[in-house]
Amino acid sequence: MNNSDKRGDVFSKQSLERFLPWLIPVGLIIIWQLAVDANWVDGTYVPSPLAVVDKGVSLWQAGTLQENMGISLYRATMGLIIGGLIGFVLGVANGLSKTSRALFNSTIQMVRNIPHLALIPLIIIWIGINESAKISLVAIGVMFPIYINTFHGIRSIDPNLIEMGRSYGLSKWQMFTKIVLPGAMPTILMGFRYALGVMWTTLIVSETISSSSGIGYMETNAQQFLDMPTIFLAILIYAILGKVSDWIAQLFEMLLLEWQRAEGGKANVK
Amino acid sequence: MSNNTAVVQIQNGEKRYGEHQVLKSVNFDIQAGEFVAFVGESGGGKSTLLRLIAGLESVSAGQLLMNGQALTGLNKSARVMFQDDRLLPWLTVLDNLSFKSRNKDAQARARELLNLVQLADYADYFPGQLSGGQKQRVALARALMSSPKLLLLDEPLGALDALTRLRMQELIGDVVSQENLTTILITHDVREAVKMADRVVVIKHGNLGLEVSGHRGSDDEMAMIQVADVVQDFILAD
Repeated sequence: MNNSDKRGDVFSKQSLERFLPWLIPVGLIIIWQLAVDANWVDGTYVPSPLAVVDKGVSLWQAGTLQENMGISLYRATMGLIIGGLIGFVLGVANGLSKTSRALFNSTIQMVRNIPHLALIPLIIIWIGINESAKISLVAIGVMFPIYINTFHGIRSIDPNLIEMGRSYGLSKWQMFTKIVLPGAMPTILMGFRYALGVMWTTLIVSETISSSSGIGYMETNAQQFLDMPTIFLAILIYAILGKVSDWIAQLFEMLLLEWQRAEGGKANVK
Repeated sequence: MSNNTAVVQIQNGEKRYGEHQVLKSVNFDIQAGEFVAFVGESGGGKSTLLRLIAGLESVSAGQLLMNGQALTGLNKSARVMFQDDRLLPWLTVLDNLSFKSRNKDAQARARELLNLVQLADYADYFPGQLSGGQKQRVALARALMSSPKLLLLDEPLGALDALTRLRMQELIGDVVSQENLTTILITHDVREAVKMADRVVVIKHGNLGLEVSGHRGSDDEMAMIQVADVVQDFILAD
């Protein structure tokens, strides 16, 4: 086999690897379109993909789509930042300090077992259906996975590395920034990834139940008018936002866990 | 033995963990520039002795002096090279030496030491990309970063294959001579101790036992083997 054949093989393998993840989604959309066109399914209840895209374009032109997406993204981001920060700070505090752990950990472990969506009625009564209510709910949802993973990430740092840092005279701050935090980072990012999933689920539920704006509201509102293309569009937008979140999580992993990729990459040559 | 040039002195040093006494009234001095190896069976107290000198633990009774001053807390003049490399997997080889310091002097010193341990081309590699021997060379370079007066080697070659081990013995010997370091080596390997050290001390059941001269820098293999056999017999005797 000559070099150009080998290059051709590598190229076709790479192309295949890029193409494969899209095979099922694209195939399903094609089948879906064909099924509606051929009247295998009732278009009243299952609009065709093209009808959903048409609806999306018209809502975009009317400004409704970007407005609702904007408000949903705002709620999700704010909830993630607030809940994520609280979870991270508590995780770090309880991971590092015996006193903090003794004071907070068992209470947090007890509270985290309450499904946060069960708090919706309580939050509506206490806070109403304003922005704070939805952001609070998202924050509560994301706080626990980030807390648990930060806490366990810190607690499971190799004690030998801590001893090394101590024997090499690192300050407490250096120990935290050079050893503890990077060592816990893979676990923290796992929590972050999981929290992104919780963030969207919580947002969907809160916007569906108690809202006058956002993608969830758009969907619930469409349900009342049997506006199937809008319902499907909302579902599709959630799927896209979920995928974008996953890409963001992967980007963080690429930036912060470069060493893990490198270990599987560069070969030892000497 | 007591001397003004003693870098490390232990006077009636004892170490207990609860009821269990690991070191029993230990006395010894280590002179500046000397290479001393402590050998003995597992659980005999070798590593505990090294941890006391590193300041990672404190004596239960007696005194440990560093340059004539009682050691309290971490021994800032000493650096430990551990059996497991204890490199930070998320830092490159260069950053493992400088702990990611942006200080130009620290960077220059790190590169100089990587050159010394023949790993100059690996500055940007992560530890996970290196072999066991290469990792230990990085760990040796890291131990030398702060130009310590005392180098503490806690079975640093224990996990290496025979050939890599021989190369590392030579490298450590060269580096110690070049940097004029006072060195303490803890090892199970009696021949390694005799080959590398000026002085070999046996620790047995928490006491210092036989003490013999090592053959540091010597090529007389037969003499080394004879001394090692004597030490070995002493360790194995009831």
